[in-house]
Amino acid sequence: MNFFQQLTEKPWLPESDGAAALRRRRTFALPRVSLGLRVFLTVATIIFSLMFIAYADRMTFPDWRPLHEPWLMWLNTAILLLSSYLFRKARTAADHGRTEPAKLRLRIAGFLSFAFLAGQLLVWQQLVALGYFAKTNPANAFFFAFTALHGLHLIGGLVAWRRACIKVRNAHDIAEARLSIELCAVYWQFLLVIWLAMFGLLLFT
Amino acid sequence: MATVAPDGSAYVPPAEIEEVDLYHPKSWITKYVFCQDAKVIAIQYSVTAVSIGMIGLVMSWLVRLQLGFPDSFSFISEAAYYQLITMHGMIMVIYLLTALFLGGFGNYLIPLMLGARDMVFPYLNMLSYWIYLVAVLVLIASFFVPGGPTGAGWTLYPPQSILQGTPGSGAGILLMLISLALFIVGFTMGGLNYVVTVLQARARGMSLMRMPLTIWGIFVATVLALLAFPALFVGAIMMTLDRLLGTSFFMPEIVELGEHLKYGGGSPLLFQHLFWFFGHPEVYIVALPAFGIVSDILAVHARKNIFGYRMMVWAIVAIGGLSFIVWAHHMYVSGMNPYFGFFFATTTLIIAIPTALKVYNWTLTLWRGDIHFTVPMLFAIAFIITFANGGITGLFLGNVVIDVPLSDTMFVVAHFHMVMGVAPILVILGAVYHWFPLITGRMLHEGLGKFHFWVTFIGAYSIYFPMHYLGFLGVPRRYYELGETDFIIDSAQTLSANITIAALIVGFAQLVFIFNIVRSASKGKISERNPWRATSLEWQTPEFPPGHGNWGDELPVVYRWAYEYNLPGVELDFVPQNLAPDQVVMTNAKPAE
Repeated sequence: MNFFQQLTEKPWLPESDGAAALRRRRTFALPRVSLGLRVFLTVATIIFSLMFIAYADRMTFPDWRPLHEPWLMWLNTAILLLSSYLFRKARTAADHGRTEPAKLRLRIAGFLSFAFLAGQLLVWQQLVALGYFAKTNPANAFFFAFTALHGLHLIGGLVAWRRACIKVRNAHDIAEARLSIELCAVYWQFLLVIWLAMFGLLLFT
Repeated sequence: MATVAPDGSAYVPPAEIEEVDLYHPKSWITKYVFCQDAKVIAIQYSVTAVSIGMIGLVMSWLVRLQLGFPDSFSFISEAAYYQLITMHGMIMVIYLLTALFLGGFGNYLIPLMLGARDMVFPYLNMLSYWIYLVAVLVLIASFFVPGGPTGAGWTLYPPQSILQGTPGSGAGILLMLISLALFIVGFTMGGLNYVVTVLQARARGMSLMRMPLTIWGIFVATVLALLAFPALFVGAIMMTLDRLLGTSFFMPEIVELGEHLKYGGGSPLLFQHLFWFFGHPEVYIVALPAFGIVSDILAVHARKNIFGYRMMVWAIVAIGGLSFIVWAHHMYVSGMNPYFGFFFATTTLIIAIPTALKVYNWTLTLWRGDIHFTVPMLFAIAFIITFANGGITGLFLGNVVIDVPLSDTMFVVAHFHMVMGVAPILVILGAVYHWFPLITGRMLHEGLGKFHFWVTFIGAYSIYFPMHYLGFLGVPRRYYELGETDFIIDSAQTLSANITIAALIVGFAQLVFIFNIVRSASKGKISERNPWRATSLEWQTPEFPPGHGNWGDELPVVYRWAYEYNLPGVELDFVPQNLAPDQVVMTNAKPAE
């Protein structure tokens, strides 16, 4: 029974199939942590969307000077893409019970994320060296705010990644750690989509 | 242990769910301080919220003293006055009402009313409270920094909030923004818990449409808060950057005392949109839990099922959805396009439909009910009247042509205090009288409760009814003193002085309430197990008050909704949600078939 059908029940009537009603206790067929992550991703999506809207609103003013995007950002994008892909592959490996490939992919994906963060810091350094300070133009301010917020989300993800690595290491069977790997994969896909949207916005404006 | 369904037709899953890993405290510190039990966290949230709320209350006294008796109190300077109104507003809306309804009532009632052992992420839940406490402490710290707390008004509009002429534009505004960001982070942790617990951790048989309306109100309000607080978060972060790094997200080009400031090109209006995209849903973040709680209090104390349960649920959901497309009715005087104003006036009027439906349904619940005028019931009835009053003046202000002349007058102050100040607080007070026996095992003193009710109710009307009139006269809000005005009659000042006296009396009545709580917690009359003879699960726990893990060895099974009162042919006038059909005693002393 889907969510909307559940909302049309008439609770004052005795149910014809009492057992079916008793079996029901969840609204969605998802583990709790998966649903929790999705709720959090909704909140994070709203934060980023509002930033995008504010960016689009602000760029219509005459003093807007678009930012020069360093080539390093393309490399960083590729690294994040690869990282997200490897998380996905780790999840597939875990689904099929292949412990070693899952472990390896999980580790490499995490290290690539550290590389992405280092790359972003280098981009900041390059921009500052070129005189693009946060306060010289709103476009610069938005860029630094965007990347900082995205980076903070990634750092939060790396905490979860570390816990997933420990779980994988201690698990007798990879199935015990499957959910943690899956959650990391979902989160990195989200981070990738947000980054692509952000990078696209910076490129095309 | 697996059970057989009442009709004997099928298998019912075991009571324990594998994923539930109940938290067991190992020391005094983990039992009462860094505790992960939602009931303890609820008490921590409530005590903190009420404590900071009392500071907000004292601030409102000082504001009223200045307005009622200008030039009489030398310690209330112009700057102090602005700081007082700002901090009073922010404390009451965010740190008291939001925290108390969701952190306090949400934590206590969600697991108990749904038949769960605890919240689904107890550690996150604990973290949520401690971050909230830090947010409160950061807010309080702003009183002790050079320049004091911000005096920018609770809306914190830039550019004035971070310019030098505004009180607290140094560390004060920064601490306020940091505190808000912390509050939002903490709330998000709690909010995840409330939403996932409601959706995934209900007892067997507790379908969505069997949930008490209290849970529906808290659930939808939490969803609103999770969707709306990010706007305030983004606004707070961007304003912090403007203030600290000199960016110009919201700061236009400004010349101050002949000097060009470093800012340029920012949009103050953008902040207003972000603020009110949060600010309007915030009204319903406070109102929806109140709607839910009052529905349950009315049903229990009128011994009648709630009228139109499904409509009540749908109305809560509809109000929640609509609350996101009305925000700009707070900005009619910001110079918006008239068509834009027309759109927001229309959506504002549409939201009145589900809201009015709720008021009718509460009234119809009382119709021919077996009404018991207990203290919680008095507060619940007072809420209906107050909410209708405050809501109707909202219809005035939702219309552009009426709002423009009334904007920034005392009429607006009276309106929003009635609808989101007095009305929800009446529900909170009623709810405390209703659930106090569950929490402590003792009853609150009824005589003191009735005294508290009547002074609060009559007092609140003595404050806010005349304030509407002052607004009509053109008395502006946020003014330190009126001075000489041609268009405001002299007697307006006398009325203002009377309002101040009423406010002081209402404030002192709350001290009686606090005294009642403190005294009754240790010396109150011992409560029966289910003193109001309620059907909902929180009163049916094996231990009373509910113990660790709430449900003893096995989670409950739910057989019906929460509103089975005065059923024909049944001996008692209520049937608990978890009473098996074959155990319901009929009037002829035979169990039901």
